[in-house]
Amino acid sequence: MTVFWSIFIIVLVVIQVVGALWMLQSYTTVAKADAEADTTGHVWDADLREYNKPLPRWWLILFWLTAVFTVVYLAIYPGFGSFGGVTGWTQNSQYDQEVAAAEARYGDIFAAFAGMSLQDMSQDADAVRLGRNLYLNNCATCHGSDARGAKGFPNLTDNDWIYGGTPAAIQLSISNGRIGVMPGLGAALGDQGLDEVVAHVLSLSGREADAGLAQAGATRYAQLCIACHAPDGRGVAAVGGPNLTDDIWLHGSRPEDIRAVIADGKVNQMPAQRDLLTEDRIRTLVAYVLSLSRGN
Amino acid sequence: MNQTNTYDDVAVRQFSIMAVVWGIVGMAVGALIAAQLIWPQLNFDLPWLQYGRLRPLHTNAVIFAFGGSALIGTSLYVVQRTCHVPLFAPALARFVFWGWQLVILLAAISLPLGLTQGKEYAELIWPIDLLITVIWVAYAIVFFGTIAIRRVKHIYVANWFYAAFIITIAILHIVNSLAVPVDFLQSYPIYSGVVDGMVQWWYGHNAVGFFLTAGFLGMMYYFVPKQAERPIYSYRLSVVHFWSLISIYMWAGPHHLHYTTLPDWAQSLGMVFSLLLLAPSWGGMINGIMTLSGAWHKLRTDPVLKFMIVSLSFYGMSTFEGPMMSIKTVNALSHYTDWTIGHVHSGALGWVAMISMGCLYNLIPKLYGRDAMYSVKLIDVHFWVSTIGVVLYIAAMWVAGVTQGLMWRAVNDDGTLTYSFIESLQATYPYYVVRLLGGTLFLAGTLIMAYNVWKTVGAGERRTVQPVVEPA
Repeated sequence: MTVFWSIFIIVLVVIQVVGALWMLQSYTTVAKADAEADTTGHVWDADLREYNKPLPRWWLILFWLTAVFTVVYLAIYPGFGSFGGVTGWTQNSQYDQEVAAAEARYGDIFAAFAGMSLQDMSQDADAVRLGRNLYLNNCATCHGSDARGAKGFPNLTDNDWIYGGTPAAIQLSISNGRIGVMPGLGAALGDQGLDEVVAHVLSLSGREADAGLAQAGATRYAQLCIACHAPDGRGVAAVGGPNLTDDIWLHGSRPEDIRAVIADGKVNQMPAQRDLLTEDRIRTLVAYVLSLSRGN
Repeated sequence: MNQTNTYDDVAVRQFSIMAVVWGIVGMAVGALIAAQLIWPQLNFDLPWLQYGRLRPLHTNAVIFAFGGSALIGTSLYVVQRTCHVPLFAPALARFVFWGWQLVILLAAISLPLGLTQGKEYAELIWPIDLLITVIWVAYAIVFFGTIAIRRVKHIYVANWFYAAFIITIAILHIVNSLAVPVDFLQSYPIYSGVVDGMVQWWYGHNAVGFFLTAGFLGMMYYFVPKQAERPIYSYRLSVVHFWSLISIYMWAGPHHLHYTTLPDWAQSLGMVFSLLLLAPSWGGMINGIMTLSGAWHKLRTDPVLKFMIVSLSFYGMSTFEGPMMSIKTVNALSHYTDWTIGHVHSGALGWVAMISMGCLYNLIPKLYGRDAMYSVKLIDVHFWVSTIGVVLYIAAMWVAGVTQGLMWRAVNDDGTLTYSFIESLQATYPYYVVRLLGGTLFLAGTLIMAYNVWKTVGAGERRTVQPVVEPA
């Protein structure tokens, strides 16, 4: 804040508070003649009159108390121009203090597992419980409170892993996030080409498809798709190319859903948690996620 | 009788009737969206009936259509009676009425279509904003023109409040709506980031302060002493609370932006001036309620007076609650919860709607040359139905809001949040049912009023021309 604006604010605040109290005081003291008069003597609309009773004492006390509070508060906290208040409080410092206090209180609970492998943690009831609590706070919004996902948001309870299901790969997905990019191929393929590739993709997972179209689609698939989805359609985890041979369809399983993804492409993002959660906490999340798919 | 010696009440009658009509519409939309929060299917999968589009329709309809009609209508009545002259530029008053109805109609079309500026209580798109500006200036000319040609020296206190309402709403509307149009339907505000947020809530809070508080206090200052047949309690109190109210209100907007990117100093000033606003706000309540001292017995028999006194009580309650909620530590719990919704409705239903209804019950028989409303019994029924409705509504929202606030901050032994958002929503569900019940009761009360007004207006011959009262 520049000196000008600081003075501007201070002057306005002083005028407001002092002005209001000056007026209050000047109407608190009542001239004797006024006090004895019945009404002000003004009459409107035949019968509208005004008494001129003194300001109620309890109301005056209330007004002055709030004024005293105003002065005291502005001495302690920021508000009076660029004067920050005697305590130096800011909302950012309050936030930092609360975060530090929480870390001091809760950090050790998560740090206790630092020496344990992720695989072992996923078998440890305490680590999994901690991970589940974090999951419900941070992940359930997209992946669902039962972790079974939704359209566009992967199911974490099956054994299908777009970026790999090893503990290290899962930790990487959570820490750094992932951005999955399926390029739109509609312009390159044209309507006929799209029909063919859709038929081929359907045939990869053994679904019903026109054999002629699927045959033609296989050629196009070999030209355009194998880099990410692999020649056999089983996907390439290193680039996040999903497996097309199972019956898991992240963006919808209907032929028209598949066609739309191929034609228009898709960008799907898992946000990085690295700056939001400590590594100890992310490790308990990995443990929880690993525990989810163990039964399957 | 010579035209210049009679009051011009054409626009007053029109606004008064439309206040009742728009009250029903606005409250019905409110009841529908309250029901949608319980049964989401009630949007029928139609974009025009989505909650996000109907909610601004509800707020605009009740504030600007219902409240606006009541305010403009009564102000045009009061300013003539207390200046002892007919309206200045009565043709312009007709224009204000039809223009205002056009704005409401355009709002009712554009908001369900999803056309919005995205600013709360200022959603209407820029062409409608321009229309509002023209109408408001016309309204100001009629009102202040009438003040200028008055035949009494002193300007009655009700007119101070109406005047503050008219001038400030003009400033708020113009400053907050400044925008660069992209095309006929879309525009971008000239402010960006937190400045835009601050301008919006400077507007938003002063819309509460000057539309919903000062304007209705103007109404109160005329109709309460008229109905009670008692002098106003204290002239000096009205002077002190008027000037302190209108000056201090201007500072209070930042309390809507606690713990945001708004600088700390602005948040602090918003908070302390909100607290300093408590006594000035209560000045109006004291002056209203104490005007009845010496006439308390009338409350037993006069349901119109009951409306007025209960509305002043709700006014006192919500102007206490507001400053409390502006305290940062309280706000940290209440902000973003349904407590805010409860607070708004204790003001909007309890104060704004009930004082308007009381005043309209006083006004409508006079406007149509009747001795009284068709049925005093029905006014009493309306009073009890709506009072119970308000109490159910705000009690449900208090409990819901505090529950949400506590659930959102509850933490487990490991520091993680105990509840997910959806769990807090599930916990709120029963209170949404109670809220719908309260809101529906309030709507039912307004329907009773509409019937009563219908029978009053429709009965017999109209004697609508009233001679100007000679100044005392």
